[in-house]
Amino acid sequence: MLKGVIFIILFIVVCPGILLSDPIGSNDLIKNDKQYDGKLVTYAGEAIGDTMNRGKFTWVNINDGDNAIGVLMDSALAKEINITGGYKSRGDNVEVSGIFHSACIEHGGDLDIHAQAIRKVSSGRIINQRLNIDKKNLSLILLLIIFLTWILTLFKKS
Amino acid sequence: MILKPVKQDLKVIGYYLGKIILGLAFTMAIPILAGLFFNEINPVLDFVTGMEISILVGFLLIRICHTEKDPNWMQGMIVVSLSWFVAMVLGAIPLYLSGHWASFLDACFDSMSGFATTGLSLVQNLDHMSYTHNLWRHLIMFLGGQGIVVIALSFFMRGFSGAFKMYVGEARDEKIMPNVIHTSRFIWLVSIVYLVLGTVTLGITGIFNGMKPVNSFFHGACVFMAAFDTGGFSPQSQSILYYHSSVYEIITVVFMVLGAFNFRLHYHLWMGNRREIFKNIETRTFFVTILVTFSIVAIGLVQIGSYPSAPGLFRKGFYQLISGHTGTGFQTVYPQQFLLNWNPLALTGLIMAMALGGAVCSTTGASKMLRVGIICKAIKEDIKKIIMPGRSMVIEKFHHIKEVFLDDKVVRSALIITLFYIILYGLGALVGMFYGNPFLESLFESTSAAANVGLSCGITNTAMPVALKITYILQMWAGRLEFMSVFTILGFLYAAIKGK
Repeated sequence: MLKGVIFIILFIVVCPGILLSDPIGSNDLIKNDKQYDGKLVTYAGEAIGDTMNRGKFTWVNINDGDNAIGVLMDSALAKEINITGGYKSRGDNVEVSGIFHSACIEHGGDLDIHAQAIRKVSSGRIINQRLNIDKKNLSLILLLIIFLTWILTLFKKS
Repeated sequence: MILKPVKQDLKVIGYYLGKIILGLAFTMAIPILAGLFFNEINPVLDFVTGMEISILVGFLLIRICHTEKDPNWMQGMIVVSLSWFVAMVLGAIPLYLSGHWASFLDACFDSMSGFATTGLSLVQNLDHMSYTHNLWRHLIMFLGGQGIVVIALSFFMRGFSGAFKMYVGEARDEKIMPNVIHTSRFIWLVSIVYLVLGTVTLGITGIFNGMKPVNSFFHGACVFMAAFDTGGFSPQSQSILYYHSSVYEIITVVFMVLGAFNFRLHYHLWMGNRREIFKNIETRTFFVTILVTFSIVAIGLVQIGSYPSAPGLFRKGFYQLISGHTGTGFQTVYPQQFLLNWNPLALTGLIMAMALGGAVCSTTGASKMLRVGIICKAIKEDIKKIIMPGRSMVIEKFHHIKEVFLDDKVVRSALIITLFYIILYGLGALVGMFYGNPFLESLFESTSAAANVGLSCGITNTAMPVALKITYILQMWAGRLEFMSVFTILGFLYAAIKGK
């Protein structure tokens, strides 16, 4: 019982500090990488591409609209992410807090974030592609022009 | 007296240009098939439109300019020169229709960057691009790396005596086999064998890295094409940083270096003559210049202390260096980091590597190892002449497939082309500085464009001035064609205006 109360108090005290601090943009992180190096940062954006599971940890690339930054997280945390962004999908928008590295010693000098917590801000969605009528018409008109040109050259030949 | 071009000149140029355009049109069938496989109907329509326009232009040129004559030197050079511009425009159509480029000029910029195997890009929202368009971005590097004319010679033209003139115009002055069409086909054979090997290797690595199998092999094919053809585009906005894998980086280094080798060297290696790699002036020069430029980069990075660990310094410093030296342009750092985390010494080392390039008759740009090696040999010969007794005969030789005596004609040719490259790097840097960019950044971006590298320190972006975009397009074009056909077209235009 006591443990539960302590956990709830800790959660209330710590989590807002971790999860609700203002996210820092990727441009800001890259430009001021030395300033943020080794510090706890909050970064938000769309999970894109593949979630690359490497056993205990998973790499997720998160794009905030300016740049994508690699975020290493516990594979259990990565399960929060269901959809990643691509041509046919808009990925989950997530907010991660973790330690920022301007040149990560563990990962060959990569600029990355080692996530400690993740929160899904909004769920991604599958984008249904509809046939673009203008594109279809343009290709049909061009096909007709090619055909007519070919016929004309045949007449000219004969 | 300068002679004005006659109608027959235009007919020959138009006819062969039409044939090359038709060849290019048929290559668009590859992304169409990929689009059907991935069920991306609108991207498929973009390529159907691009293909139709290309067929129409090519067909009309062939019909209107029909001729039985073979091109002469001047006509052949102009066909090559123009075909790269026409390929840029036609190749940009499906890109622009995708909506990922802010203007048609931006799409043309990427199209030229792709065909010229540069890798500078103005694409927007790359992480949401269709497989179809992404494949085309990489395919044009594969096609451009081998040469647009080489494609036409290999697959769409029967043997004709003007073939060699067009082959030379595409900056390939070395024949691997007696016949240029057989040479072109050999270049394709090598490239396709490596394509299969590269796709499988990178695909399997991708799966081990946790990527989905389809994505993994798709990325494998794209990254291979960009690496072997020293192009530098990548399927995702983070370039090679996306994969977070040292194994992936090592494999791409191997393919970048293979792409920087002379196709003649590949031929000799395939024929079992493995000693050639150790004796050839190009590979020896390449080894020395890598050592020298990496030393400069490493000292610079140690001075600034951006990468505290040795593996980090090696992975960042060596990877960008090999990427720059081979003219590829893959990055494992963000463009802004070059300015923030690399000091002027490290950047200068990288610029030097970019300016040198790989082997002649390879897919790289820049001055190239053979010329650098010849110039070094000539300097050595001159020093020997000074220190040896007056009556001594100094004879210098170099090994390039066979033993070659160093004569003044060879040295002069190497020096002239190298000088033109230096002028081209400088001119682009001047334009960059005109628009308010600092000297080193301007030189970095200009060298990257003219040497067909593709590394960027951030100047290349959609907001840059139109004149700077056009400057980089012209640099990529002139750098890829190595000036000969560029000067021919300038001479042709002059003759058209001033000739009698």
